[in-house]
Parts: sequence; C-alpha cells; structure tokens
Amino acid sequence: MTVDTAAATLAHSPAARTTIAPRTALAATAEPAWVRRALIGVALAFLAFFLFVPLAAVFYEAFKKGLAVYLAAITEPDAVSAIWLTLIASAISVPLNLTFGVAAAWAIAKFEFRGKNVLLTLIDLPFSVSPVIAGLIYVLIFGLQGWFGASLRDHDLKIIFAVPGIVLATIFVTFPFIARELIPLMQAQGQEQEEAARVLGASGWQMFWRVTLPNVKWALLYGVILCNARAMGEFGAVSVVSGHIRGQTNTMPLHIEILYNEYQFSAAFAVASLLALLALVTLVLKYAVEQRVKKQRRDAGASAPPIE
Amino acid sequence: MFLSRTLLKRHSVLPGFDLALGVSLLYLGFIVLVPLSAAFLKTFTMTWPAFWGAVSSPRVLASYRLTFGASLAAALLNAFFGLIVAWVLVRYDFPFKRVVDALVDLPFALPTAVAGIALTALYAANGWIGRFLEPIGIKVSYTPLGVFVALTFIGLPFVVRTVQPVLEDFQKELEEAAATLGATRAQAFTRVILPVLMPALLTGFALAFARALGEYGSVIFIAGNMPMVSEITPLLIITKLEQYDYAGATAIAVVMLVAAFGMLLAINLLQAWTRKRQGR
Repeated sequence: MTVDTAAATLAHSPAARTTIAPRTALAATAEPAWVRRALIGVALAFLAFFLFVPLAAVFYEAFKKGLAVYLAAITEPDAVSAIWLTLIASAISVPLNLTFGVAAAWAIAKFEFRGKNVLLTLIDLPFSVSPVIAGLIYVLIFGLQGWFGASLRDHDLKIIFAVPGIVLATIFVTFPFIARELIPLMQAQGQEQEEAARVLGASGWQMFWRVTLPNVKWALLYGVILCNARAMGEFGAVSVVSGHIRGQTNTMPLHIEILYNEYQFSAAFAVASLLALLALVTLVLKYAVEQRVKKQRRDAGASAPPIE
Repeated sequence: MFLSRTLLKRHSVLPGFDLALGVSLLYLGFIVLVPLSAAFLKTFTMTWPAFWGAVSSPRVLASYRLTFGASLAAALLNAFFGLIVAWVLVRYDFPFKRVVDALVDLPFALPTAVAGIALTALYAANGWIGRFLEPIGIKVSYTPLGVFVALTFIGLPFVVRTVQPVLEDFQKELEEAAATLGATRAQAFTRVILPVLMPALLTGFALAFARALGEYGSVIFIAGNMPMVSEITPLLIITKLEQYDYAGATAIAVVMLVAAFGMLLAINLLQAWTRKRQGR
C-alpha cells in the first residue's frame, strides 16, 4: 500500500485508522523483515565459523577412528594420570580462591576503608597478565636460578617442574573469578541484614553462615563454576612450570599438546573431547545459575532481599 | 586491630574486618604481588643496553608486530560482528536462541589448547573449512592468518557480553522519538542507538584486545611458529626460557606487562565512562 492510498483510506474511514496506525508505529522502531533475516544470518554465520563448527570438530575428530580408539586414548596410564593431576590442581586451587574470594568480598562490600579501589584493581590484575608470564614469575622465584632456588634444592624440595608449581600457576590465573562475582552482589545487598542479625544476638560466624552465605550462594556457585573451568583448562601458565614429565607433571591440556605434536590426532581429540564436555556442562550450569543471580541482583537493587 | 584502626573510614558493628582484609592482603601479596614484582626486579639486574637489546632484536620486534597487529585485527572483527550478535540476541527471536546465547561464552569455558587443535584441524588444507579456502589461495593454518583466527575465537564473547546488557536497558522511547522527529531507521541507529552503545562497544573491544595480547594456548597450534613470520611474543618468552635465557625472557615479559597494565587502565576508564553514560 502506497502512502497516498493509505492516507486516503485513513481520511475516509475512521475504522481503518485503528488497524493501520499500530502497524506503522511498530515499523518506526523495527527493521524490515529482510534486514532482520540478513542480520540473524550474518550473526549465525559468524558464530558458526568461529564457535559451532570448531566445537563439533572436536567430537567428530575424537570419534573418527571409532569408539575403541577413543576409549583406549582416555584410559591409557598417561592419560589417567593427566586427568588425576588436573583434578588435584583444581581441587586445591578452587577452595583456596573461594576462601580468598569470600574474605575479600566481605571486607570490600561491607566496610568503607582507605585504598579500597586500589585493592579492587589489584584483584583483577591476574586477568590482564598473559598466562605465560604467570608461569614465568614463579620460575623466577622458585626455579633453580630463582630467589629460593638454592635453598629449595638444599632441602630437596621441588616446586617448579613439579605439582606445587602447577597448583601455584593455576591459583594465579583463576585468582579473581570468585571475588569478582561476590563483590558486586554483596555491595548491592548492603549490610542491614547482617546488622540485624548482630543486634538479635548472633555471633559473627552464626551471622555469616545463616545470613551472608545463603544470600550469596548462587553467585558463589557461579564463581566456583567459572573458576573450576579455567583451572582445569589452563594451558599456558601450567606449561611453563610443568616441565612436561609424562605420567607425573602433565595435566590434561599438556597431555593433549604432546599427543598432538606426536601426530596422535585421534587420541589428542579424545582427551580434548573430555575437556570440551566439561566446557559444555560449565555453560549449562552457568546459564542456569546466571538466571538466578540476575534475578537476585535485580531484587537486591530494588529492595533488600528476603532472608531465606 | 591494626588494620581497622588505620584503614577504616567509619566504625561498623559488623565483625571480621581485620580477619577478612588481613587474609585478602596476605593471599594477594603472596600469590600476585610478590611474584609479579619478581619480574620487574629481575630486569633491574640487567644493564640498560642488555635490556634494550633483549626487547628490540629484529625477531622480538617481528613478534610484537604480529601479536599487536593480529590482536587489533581480531578485536576489530569481534567489535563489528559482536555488535551484530548482541543486537540479534536482544532484539530478534529465532529458533534455539537461548542455546546460541549460552554458546557465546564457549571461548571462556573451552580450554585454549582444545580450541587451538580444533581450529587448526578445521582451517588446515584438508579441514572442513580449509578445503574451501585452499583452492582460492587462502592459507590459514600455519600462517599469520591462523593467529588472527585463533585470537578472534578467544575474544569473541567480550563485545557481545558488554554490549548486550546496555542494549537490553536501552529506552525504546528514544528510538520512537527519533522516528517521530523524522529520522529514518538507519539515522536512528547511527545517531541515537550507536552513541549510547559506544562506551560498552569500546570496552568490549579493549577487553578482547587485551585478552588477545597475552594469549598463548590456542595460537601456538595454528600459527606454525616460524620466527619472524608467525611467532607470537608469549611464545618467544617460552623459547627464551627453554634456552635458560631467564633475563631475556623476563625483559620481554616486562614489556608485555607494561602493555597489559596500560590496557587495564584504559579499560577501567572506559568502564567508568560506560557507567556515567548509563547514569548509574
């Protein structure tokens, strides 16, 4: 319908106005259908090339030579020890970062003190440091030529090219995850509820376990999920400090690298598929928890949340 | 007690400030600050010519060019497509939209080594995507273009995730006003919507760029790692370490750290600007 005929219709019949007017109002802040379709197409094509197809390729390559090869690759002793080491590194680093995250969030969100903004920036620091440099700095301190290298050797202790170094590097790269999820939420929630608990006679720990922790449990879980995913998948930092000793200091990502460099592609992708599966599980959990946290943040922003 | 007396701005009835801040500072110091300062202290043991020689040899300069160039190109591509993806996810409906939305975060969750081997396999001459590019003369795997592809992958979520919330909060009345005042849809987008999104878009771009500068895992598989051609700076640090040239490795690391801290500062300023724009 051309503009002229539309105007003519409008002038002649009042009834037509109600049917045409909303449609034109909608069109003013919406794109034509072909633009929508084109934009959706462009977005999906971009995501396909860089996300969907690579993800599918991991599983395709893993199973290309059949289930037997796949199972052999993930159950051979070196692979199993790599899986164990990955689990150990994340089982140590996640609780430590969790403790730190809660402590830092408590101090930052509930108190006003000098230097708070500096502390906030410093907490984010590990995110902007290259993983390779994260590994390097521990080599400079604990390596043979490092600050404590000689005294460590005298006491027969090994940190670099051993498990403690891998754990340290993992802690460094996953350092900010939990703190930065907790801080904004706890800041938005304020301190009235904790103050009420204190006034009603709760001890410090009672207040923490019964009021603070239940209020932040979803954000906490969210931080733990992200922290764990990164801890299990870290490659660069761990690669610098590990020494690549098969069966001893190889984590899953390092094991993948060795298999790949030895042209054992199917085995490499088989181990990689385990990590890709972990990533998918992480995304699902993340999405579910994210919805909860969003809701909680909205509630905290609007008014104090109800005590659960 | 010492912490609360010297640092607290006003008294609080809540307990645990000393314990919480004490634990935080101790942990932060041991894990992050002392080790990072080790890198700077190590370079102080070098003479200036030795330091300068280590950070400006032709091979190192070539690696800077590749790392910064590919990171910039990847962040630009992500800024353009990330804006479209964010727009499509916020404004339109299509099948499996929630799955697509959740998958955008894949590069955050997928270990970089896995991403590296997957992209290499895809973009190699016989890979699913590479076999179509090879006949028209485009080689991706084992070339600088591969570095760009890997860096695009790892930087992909940043722009989407910074622009998305701003677009969700965007007041449609502004668009309606623009339309009422006679703006075309394109004018409304470039003059009304884009200026509001700009701080978030720049923040996402800066985050993607900063992340790409330090990236190692996904790149080394696809790059081919030829000195002077496709060797990134983080790899050069590792190469120097493997040759026991600790001072040389640290000197390059310090250059990268300074660049990273510069980006961190820029990102903080951009985020402050974003908040101001949104009136929070």
